[in-house]
Amino acid sequence: MKAVIIGCGRVGSAVAKQLAGEGWDVTCVDEDENALARLGAWKGGFVVGHGMDKDILEEAGAAAAQAAVVATDGDNSNIVIGQILQRRYGIDCVVVRVLDPARAEFYAKLGLRTVCPTQTAISTLTEAVRACETGGIRQVTG
Amino acid sequence: MYIVIAGGGKVGSNIARTLIGMQHEVTLVEQRRDRFRQLEGEFGHSAMLGDATEIAVLERAGIARPPDLVLAVTGDDEDNLIISQIAKEGYNVPKAIARVNDPRNQETFDLLGITETVCATSGLLGLVEHEVPEHGLVRLLELRREGLEVVEVQVLADSPAAGKRVVGLSLPEGSRLVSVMRNGVAEIVEDETVIRPGDQVVAILKPGAEDKLRRALVG
Repeated sequence: MKAVIIGCGRVGSAVAKQLAGEGWDVTCVDEDENALARLGAWKGGFVVGHGMDKDILEEAGAAAAQAAVVATDGDNSNIVIGQILQRRYGIDCVVVRVLDPARAEFYAKLGLRTVCPTQTAISTLTEAVRACETGGIRQVTG
Repeated sequence: MYIVIAGGGKVGSNIARTLIGMQHEVTLVEQRRDRFRQLEGEFGHSAMLGDATEIAVLERAGIARPPDLVLAVTGDDEDNLIISQIAKEGYNVPKAIARVNDPRNQETFDLLGITETVCATSGLLGLVEHEVPEHGLVRLLELRREGLEVVEVQVLADSPAAGKRVVGLSLPEGSRLVSVMRNGVAEIVEDETVIRPGDQVVAILKPGAEDKLRRALVG
C-alpha cells in the first residue's frame, strides 16, 4: 500500500514514520529539504517541492497511492492539495489537516476528510475544565 | 449590483474604484492592516479588514445575502480558489471570478470547478506571442466553458494553404476559418476565398486541434 504525505513538519513526519512502521510504502513532500531530517533513518521516498505542483505530486507517486495525508502549515494550501489528490488522482483516502474549525466543517460537508486539531483542542480543554469544576464542587459540598 | 472583492491590492482596489463609480455597492476585503488603512481612507465603510478565506469574515462582508458577484483577486492562488469555492458552493453566489497569479495553477482552478478565471500573465504571454510570428499560431481568445478557442495564423509564401481556396483545404475536424486579414482589411471567409501569403487567418476550433490546423495552413 502506498501513501503520500504532503508537508513533512512535526505532524506529517510523525504520521509518515508511523505508517512506514506499519508496512506502508510512504513518500513525503516538503518545500524544505531539511525536513528530511525529521524522518530519522528514512527508507521511504522524499521529494522537495510544493504540493500544488503537478510534477512534484507525480514524482511522489500520487497516481499510485491509496492514501494521502495533507498537513502543510497552510489551511488553504491543504484544502486545495487535498482536492487535487482526490479529483485528479482519484485517491479515496485523503485526509487533510485544517486548523480553522469553520473551514474544516465547510469542506467536510463538501466531501473532504478534514481533521481539525483546533476543534480537538477546544473539546479536550473544555472537557478538562468541566472535570476540574465537578471535582471542585464536590470538594466544597462534600 | 452587490459585489464583494477579496484582495485590496492594485487589481482589487482599481476594480473597486471603477465599480463604485458605476454606482455598484462594493465591499473590499483586505487582510493587511497597513494596506487596509489606505483603502479605508479612500473607500470608507466599503473597505473591510480581514482574511477573506475565513467564513466569518466573508459573512461580515455579506456573503449570505448573497452578492451578485464575488471577485477573488488576492495575490495567492490557493486563497482565490478557496474564496471562490466558499462563495459558490457554500452561499450560492451566482458568479465568482478568480484571479490566477501563476498560470501553472490554471489546471487546478479548472479541476476544482472554478471556471471563470482571469490570468494576467497568460494574457500578456498571448500578446507577446502575437508579436513573435515564428510561433505560427496565436491564441486570441479562450472560451473555456464553451470548449472553443479563437486563434490567428499567419500564412507565409511557402505555406501549403497559400494560393488555395478555402473549400479545398483539408482542415482538422472541429475547426473552421472565420476571417482573413489582408492589407489591414478583414474579410469573412467564404468557401471560394483564396488564402494568400501574408494573410492573417482567424479560426475557431476545439482545443487540441491547434497543431493540426497549424500544419494544414502553414506546414
